[in-house]
Amino acid sequence: MRNPQLNGDGQLQHLLTLEGLPVTVIDRILDTALPFVSIAERDVKKVPLLRGKTVFNLFFENSTRTRTTFEIAAKRLSADVINLNIGVSSTSKGETLLDTIDNLVAMNADMFVVRHAQSGAAHLIAQHLSAADRPHIHVINAGDGRHAHPTQGLLDLFTIRHYKKDFHGLTVAIVGDLLHSRVARSLIHGLTTLGTTEVRVIGPQTLLPAAIESMGVRVFHDMRAGLAGADVVVMLRLQSERMKGALLPSAGEYFKHYGLTTEKLALAKPDAIVMHPGPMNRGVEIDSAVADGAHSVILPQVTFGIAVRMAVMSMLAGN
Amino acid sequence: MTATNVEIRNGRLIDPRHGVDGKASLFVAAGRVAGVGSPPAGWRAGRIIDAAGCVVCPGLIDLAARLREPGFEYMATLESEMNAAIAGGVTSLACPPDTDPSLDEPGLVEMLKYRARSLNQAHVYPVGALTVGLKGENITEMGELAEAGCVAFSHADARLADTQVLRRALQYAATFGYPVWLRPQDAYLARGGVAHDGEVATRLGLAAIPASAEIIALDMILTLAQETGARVHIARLSTREGVARVREAKRAGLRLTCDVAIHHVHLCDIDIGWFDAQCHLVPPLRSARDRDALRAGLADGTIDAICSDHAPVDDDSKQLPFAEAEPGAIGLELLLPLTLKWAHEAKIPLAAALARITVEPARVLGVDAGHLAAGAAADVCIVAIDEAWTVTRDALKSQGKNTPFLGLELAGRVRYTLVDGQIVYQSDAAAG
Repeated sequence: MRNPQLNGDGQLQHLLTLEGLPVTVIDRILDTALPFVSIAERDVKKVPLLRGKTVFNLFFENSTRTRTTFEIAAKRLSADVINLNIGVSSTSKGETLLDTIDNLVAMNADMFVVRHAQSGAAHLIAQHLSAADRPHIHVINAGDGRHAHPTQGLLDLFTIRHYKKDFHGLTVAIVGDLLHSRVARSLIHGLTTLGTTEVRVIGPQTLLPAAIESMGVRVFHDMRAGLAGADVVVMLRLQSERMKGALLPSAGEYFKHYGLTTEKLALAKPDAIVMHPGPMNRGVEIDSAVADGAHSVILPQVTFGIAVRMAVMSMLAGN
Repeated sequence: MTATNVEIRNGRLIDPRHGVDGKASLFVAAGRVAGVGSPPAGWRAGRIIDAAGCVVCPGLIDLAARLREPGFEYMATLESEMNAAIAGGVTSLACPPDTDPSLDEPGLVEMLKYRARSLNQAHVYPVGALTVGLKGENITEMGELAEAGCVAFSHADARLADTQVLRRALQYAATFGYPVWLRPQDAYLARGGVAHDGEVATRLGLAAIPASAEIIALDMILTLAQETGARVHIARLSTREGVARVREAKRAGLRLTCDVAIHHVHLCDIDIGWFDAQCHLVPPLRSARDRDALRAGLADGTIDAICSDHAPVDDDSKQLPFAEAEPGAIGLELLLPLTLKWAHEAKIPLAAALARITVEPARVLGVDAGHLAAGAAADVCIVAIDEAWTVTRDALKSQGKNTPFLGLELAGRVRYTLVDGQIVYQSDAAAG
């Protein structure tokens, strides 16, 4: 089966997932992002790479932060950006996902940034565009259900590379609700592709999906054991709805076992960095002292996120 | 209606029930088999079919084919699906009660039977709803429904969480000797799930259904079957452990039959690829190990029958993200070639493989069909077993084009289908 996000020449046509993406492509995205970080520090933050292009931010699921960073990224590349918060209401009006896409294609869209509550939604759109022979339109998956959030994964990789230089020899621990986390899935694929020595996942059985070790990770239920000697600690957001449906008893008990405190962080390497995709629940998965502490690189992640999204958009537009 | 006398010559006649497998002619008169090998006295053929290079076997019997009427005519109609059935060599089919409204009233069953009879194609055996509206609360008027033509009762794929209701439904059915067909799936463990709980669902981030959902329900059903004495048929087995449980129960002497959908004989969760909604099936496609166990269960007779689990779905309902896409796949026209494919791959003798789609499902249905002894109804399938064809939208008669096998080349094309001695289908190749 051909990787649906690469075109016939092996170039990036869409960004749907980090799974199966060649090392060379990931490296190129991260390298391309590098100069965009410094652009953000200039007075004039715009480059003309996407001038005349129309980017549609299609958010079928609410997200202010991700949408905003994509919007900033597109605008810094001089694209015209249209934000559509479709939410649940349009499906109740009877328009299907692909109807919506066809309408926007008729408005001469060049790029779709798609966030959807269902796993596979971005793949569906990409396949539809390819079946309709629209190879000039690109899809960026901004999060589909529990499946993937590749630009978040890339910005996490960018952050790790920025602070740790090399993935070989690194131990990365990802803590929390992996079952529902597209962020974790994308990061795991990226880390294993780039040759990270050890990727650990830490959480209770109820929040770890079946056979997750098949993704190339080591499973820990004891957070202290899992953090021992880690170079990077990635904390995942815990949605408050997880207290329902018998997944967890309470936020308090969760924090006791899997919340990151200064004391637990001390088990990691002295120069360990702490990451979080945001938005954080202080006191649920992470203690404020850690979130705001010396090891935290949570705010730089946000800055790098814009650069990485600019890199992805400019590369897609050039392919 | 008087049918022409038909003589089917030069074919390889296979009748699994009577151990017939060899070159022999079949003589059909007055809708019945009039002679096997040699003609009855005073024979005069009205029509001669040259079946050289073909297998002549009993018409197929499909234990689960959704015709989508009433209620889902946008997905398929009786006309389209009955055409698909005969094009696939299927001469008898049981339709599950999951229509809208569900088959919980005699009037609906009578209407379905009447409509099917007027098309004069395959025999249709409605399976009645076990509970009113398939809601899992109150039992249906099984006596009335049986009188109207229901051959069994089932809950289709609808949720039946209340074990007390199930136990009472089984007790009531057992009182009158009605068979109950149940697909084992625990309603709570399956809640929200769309794929097998394993590597693939984890990688794709799909909500999962653990194998235990089937095993727990199966244990519960087997326990209640034993306790109530109900005649239970286990529908759509999907797990390795499920096969083991059925094997064990049969060995222990429980009167039990069981089927598997043809898709699960060939596919596993890996075939979902990048969210192929054609592989969104009920029960979910499970692991390769589960699939291999289902094949072994078929080979050793633990699983009695293969069904198509035919479920036509319109394109709009399939072209959605995986979890939102309407589950199901068509199978009436693929049941025979895919069974032949299994036989070929697993080195199963042809007659033994054909038994799984003819005489064995006939036993489950409790009808005198699926064999070709003199005097039997002349429901016959004539198939060019080596003829290759490609599954394309245009090649399919079913209104639904939803199948994971689109684009695949299969061997085995039906040339003629006879129902009650009448040629109801003949392929273009046969006509040309």
